[in-house]
Amino acid sequence: MPKVITEDGSIIQDEWVVVERPADGESLDIPEQPALIPADLWLAGKEHFEGRKDIGVWFDSHQEPEILAGVVNELDVIAVNFPKFADGRGYSIARLLRERLQYRNELRAIGDVLLDQLQFMKRCGFDRFVLRADKNAEEAARCLNFFSQGYQAATDTDVPLFRRRAS
Amino acid sequence: MYVYDKHDRQIAAERVEQFRDQTRRALAGELSEDEFLPLRLQNGLYVQRLAPMLRIAVPYGMLRSVQLRRLARITRDYDKGYAHFTTRQNVQLNWPAVEDVPDILAELAEVEMHANQTSGNCIRNTTTDQFSGVQADEIADPRPYCEIIRQWSTFHPEFAFLPRKFKVAVNASEHSDRAAIQVHDIGLQLVRSDSGELGFRVHVGGGLGRTPMVGPVIREYLPEKDLLTYLEAVLRVYNRYGRRDNKFKARIKILVKALTPEGFAEKVEAEWAHIKDSPTQLTREAIDKFQTYFTEPDYQQVPDVQASLATQRFENRGFDQWIANNVDTHKKSGYAIVTLTMKKTGIPPGDVSDRQLEQIADLADEYSFGEVRVTHQQNAVLADVRQDRLYELWQAITPMGFATANLNKLTDVICCPGGDYCALANAKSIPVAEAIQRKFEDLDYLYDIGDLDLNISGCMNACGHHHVGNIGVLGVDKKGQEFYQISLGGSSHHDAAIGKILGPSFARDDMPDVVKRIIDVYVDNRTQEEAFLDTYRRIGIDPFKERVYA
Repeated sequence: MPKVITEDGSIIQDEWVVVERPADGESLDIPEQPALIPADLWLAGKEHFEGRKDIGVWFDSHQEPEILAGVVNELDVIAVNFPKFADGRGYSIARLLRERLQYRNELRAIGDVLLDQLQFMKRCGFDRFVLRADKNAEEAARCLNFFSQGYQAATDTDVPLFRRRAS
Repeated sequence: MYVYDKHDRQIAAERVEQFRDQTRRALAGELSEDEFLPLRLQNGLYVQRLAPMLRIAVPYGMLRSVQLRRLARITRDYDKGYAHFTTRQNVQLNWPAVEDVPDILAELAEVEMHANQTSGNCIRNTTTDQFSGVQADEIADPRPYCEIIRQWSTFHPEFAFLPRKFKVAVNASEHSDRAAIQVHDIGLQLVRSDSGELGFRVHVGGGLGRTPMVGPVIREYLPEKDLLTYLEAVLRVYNRYGRRDNKFKARIKILVKALTPEGFAEKVEAEWAHIKDSPTQLTREAIDKFQTYFTEPDYQQVPDVQASLATQRFENRGFDQWIANNVDTHKKSGYAIVTLTMKKTGIPPGDVSDRQLEQIADLADEYSFGEVRVTHQQNAVLADVRQDRLYELWQAITPMGFATANLNKLTDVICCPGGDYCALANAKSIPVAEAIQRKFEDLDYLYDIGDLDLNISGCMNACGHHHVGNIGVLGVDKKGQEFYQISLGGSSHHDAAIGKILGPSFARDDMPDVVKRIIDVYVDNRTQEEAFLDTYRRIGIDPFKERVYA
């Protein structure tokens, strides 16, 4: 079973499977195990998924998390896909989910997730990381903590360094 | 000048260790070439045509003498004994070894320097007027705001992987713009509101490169306390909606154009409404704290010495020319601003040897409170020189080659490294600059021509800012041959404009004559006291075309 890294760098088993967006005309095929489905499809069939603890959603990097305003906390897991590690839109999506939409549950980074981006992801609100399979998860704890503090406020702290200095 | 506290020192040290680890993994093959690329670029490390190149940050262009001496030592120990001042007020090393870079960074960190975000698709070094804090017509000193932006943008977790590079510049003078803010992704002009409150006029979407544009104003007045939240809103809109499918259409200027400035501004306002009162809003205490780093040096109460200067100028023509060209008025009586020119004919614009770096450090200690500024025109500034020591200073710098009295004149060329060094270049630029400098060596003729920006780039990336040169030169490649296209009428100042292409390009050997013919048209058509740009704007491009292609 694939592995997932937690925000403190420990490694746990991953039970969730990502369901790709069905092609035009095809219907969503939900597997037996806990599944992450495209966020807009979940929203479109929301009453159908009522109370399903084994259904979460995922956003692709060009999608707008605002579509889930008001209902995010009905979900236990939201994932944001990084199609390429250099596509930085997922960072903004994460902050919007956490800070604007007040999402409180698990937020995972999926896709082209590499070690050197982990701390940025964590600061933007991700708390689970599905590292790309060929990367060494044992190094994740170190990479999550290269910096002991940041200059800016972000999801991890609402106190920018200039305020900490002033106090 | 800004001085690190324990937080900055800790972050800098952690950064060195992070890059050491990244370099180790890259050399061990744990990071692929593609994966290491953005990491090393965000640390200023390029792999160039002949060797790697390391771009070291000089925040808002300010350097202390101890930093210059350390740079000199680094060029000796790790490079070939010289460095290069860039058009982003940074310093480049042309020949470091990749495996030495972590050690170089450690050496830099010891003197509060770094190479963070000097390249890559992130927020780059914030630039400003090299005369900040010492000129009389300034609304307020822009440097505290530059440092606020520097800290906010350093390792910003949300904006480290933008669609493209992102450049911010701040200007504070009412009457001049030496920071070229209108050709930046974000240009901030310090202003005062009707009630006297400090704030910014915000330009977004200017820039050079393939699609040069002058940045429109998207907010007439932004209170100073809202600086960071507003920048955050602009960056978030850009990060989410900027194009990522095509590198050449990924700059924010393309997004601003696509949405129209009004449409873009609306999106930013909507985003900002959510975050303007967040803890990122600046506090009075924080602004005051940043301002304490940029207070005045220990000026002495001395009068202006115009009379004795006049005698010295009368007796020595070279000194007179230098005062007229390289020395600017200071806000304090008895002081002057001196620009050390680095454009002596035969030396690539911006190149500076280890010995010269140390000489500049010594000059800074002796004449200017130990501080120096790097200009985006690739010169250096001693901002606080006593007028009664100008003659002595001029005598000292003449043999060093820093007294060429050509500031803002045709031979004070802005020039990228071009095909001699840069892997991206289509053509060489340094030999073109040199040939033109030789053609116009006669200083009297140069002064007769007056102020004129000549900018040369070796390719479309426009590192030499050719679009905004009054005369711009762009190297182009035609079937493996180097040619040069000319544009006229560009400006990077308050009256910012993108130059217009004159016509078909020229062979390298023809360039000095072509420039000469352009100057002849100006000289024949100008009215008294009319600068090149004004004549061009009055008579248009056709007379130039006729003469050059005759």
